[in-house]
Amino acid sequence: MRLFTKEMACQELVELVTAYLDGSLSRRDRRRFEAHIRGCEHCTAYVEQMRLVIQATGRLTEGDLPPAAREDLLAAFRGWSEARAD
Amino acid sequence: MTEDHELVKQLRDGDESAFAELIDLYGATMLRVAQMYVRDRSTAEEVVQETWLAVLNGIDRFEERSSLKTWLFRILTNRAKTRGERDGRQVPFSSLAGASPEDDEPSVDPDRFLGPDSPFPGAWAAPPVPWPQDKLLERETLGVIEMAIHDLPEAQRQVILLRDVDGWTPMEVSDVLGITDGNQRVLLHRARSKVRSALEEYLDPEVAEGGGQ
Repeated sequence: MRLFTKEMACQELVELVTAYLDGSLSRRDRRRFEAHIRGCEHCTAYVEQMRLVIQATGRLTEGDLPPAAREDLLAAFRGWSEARAD
Repeated sequence: MTEDHELVKQLRDGDESAFAELIDLYGATMLRVAQMYVRDRSTAEEVVQETWLAVLNGIDRFEERSSLKTWLFRILTNRAKTRGERDGRQVPFSSLAGASPEDDEPSVDPDRFLGPDSPFPGAWAAPPVPWPQDKLLERETLGVIEMAIHDLPEAQRQVILLRDVDGWTPMEVSDVLGITDGNQRVLLHRARSKVRSALEEYLDPEVAEGGGQ
């Protein structure tokens, strides 16, 4: 016998996309999520958009450390390693 | 990227290029993370500098039970927190300790779903439309994403940068920022949802407005 599982509404699904992609949904919610996606082209499009957002965000890069701050750090390293060699 | 074990050995041997590799890898992120705890940029730079010295002075005792990155950022946030508290600064995460998905910040405008009296409550009324894939790779599109991230509340911005730009794992983020796994996910989800909305508005303004009705 199967327990009755409440169907997931689109409005609920959009709140769970990150948890789904992180693999942190309960087994029950994961099943509801996947069952919904199979039958809903709009939510399929929505999840695809979230994936594209993640992918595109991944193409951004952190800025560089300002050159002066980088130089200071390298100088501190040299100071440290000289003191250590003594 | 050189393995942790190798890097640690090189640092112990005083290899400057190993140190340069590390600061190029983590320096900018460290500065940004430090800045959320302390008053200003120059204080953040000081904290970063102190952190590196603490790392170097502690490198012989580093047992590699955690990754070098996690160890480094733990030292950083501990120092930045102490410094920020001394200066009487509010940390953005303290107010978010109780952030939960039920908090009133929907991922998608509720007007885009059918209401409770419809035959299908919560189903799309103004559904998203698939995006042209090639548009997403354009510089201008990346600029829209950058702006959207820039406009996020501090905690959300930090989490999306660590997770989606720097590629940190959920565990690394919650560990370093001292928040729960659930909290980092809520913050990330809000951040991503807002970036998605901004992109939709840019790529598909009519859809974003609720189907142009």
